[in-house]
Amino acid sequence: MYLKVLFMQQDEKDISLKTLQDIHVIMERSSRFLSLSGWSGVWAGCTAIAGAIVAKWMLADIPNSYREYYQESAAIYKADTGYQEVVMKFVLLALGVLIVAVVGAIYFTWKKAKKDGATIWNTASRRMFIEFSIPLLAGGVFASAFLLQGLELYIPAICLAFYGMALINSSKYTHSDIKYLGMLEVFLACMCLFIRGYGITFWLIGFGFLHILYGVIMWKKYDRQ
Amino acid sequence: MKKAIEQLNKLFDSRIRIGIMSALMVNESLNFNDLKSLMDVTDGNLATHVKTLEENNYIKVHKGFIGKKTNTTYTITKVGEASFKAHLKALEKIINDIN
Repeated sequence: MYLKVLFMQQDEKDISLKTLQDIHVIMERSSRFLSLSGWSGVWAGCTAIAGAIVAKWMLADIPNSYREYYQESAAIYKADTGYQEVVMKFVLLALGVLIVAVVGAIYFTWKKAKKDGATIWNTASRRMFIEFSIPLLAGGVFASAFLLQGLELYIPAICLAFYGMALINSSKYTHSDIKYLGMLEVFLACMCLFIRGYGITFWLIGFGFLHILYGVIMWKKYDRQ
Repeated sequence: MKKAIEQLNKLFDSRIRIGIMSALMVNESLNFNDLKSLMDVTDGNLATHVKTLEENNYIKVHKGFIGKKTNTTYTITKVGEASFKAHLKALEKIINDIN
């Protein structure tokens, strides 16, 4: 009789423990978008590296005076249409890289969600998207304003900083590791402000190598099964 | 020992009902499809459990629209939150009780 009671108690304990574990899993899954794929990061990183190579190649045949314009105050070159054209080419290259990177990143995440039997558009992913968009839109406004006022020297740092803050802000709705990637991006952005004229190199590190590194870490941690 | 088991909420015996409550504890609001994909249940089954929780005043139903499609969202009530916490406490008590 006493043994039977003991067994029953053990049973109750096992069931209770299992229930608590289930509750934990549901809480985690319902509040975070966990289908973010490591391959998305690798893809974005590779795109950024390709973009940086094209940018370096474009830099090779621009006049030296333009490099000085880039470093100096706005007034000198405001009238120089040749310089403005070069700046626009770089802006278009950056936007092109951004679009290719985002489309690829969404594709890999969509594929992973499909494999997991999850949806890509649910309350958790919507919240993550909103939290991500707020700093990013502010960054877009900042970058545009600086560009219009002839302060393109600071645009690489602005993009890195606001992107990093977008990652930090959205990290509570996805894998929390994203937060550390965001902090590294912000750190790079701060360095970029002081080491002038190396925007492409900082983008290569921040948008290229860091994304690939994080993509591989995320893939190893969550995707590989 | 027996006391802790008695404190368990009978309404939370169902895996689906406790799942709904867990999800609503950590989210301000969730819609029907969110809950459905979380628990992997059929529409009818989920609707029944949602109804039970609603009748007991554990959750609140908000009927809304996104465009022309209905979008029903759910939030947890104060009563629901308290009952869920009490249930968790009872579960913990069972686990931590030394024979």
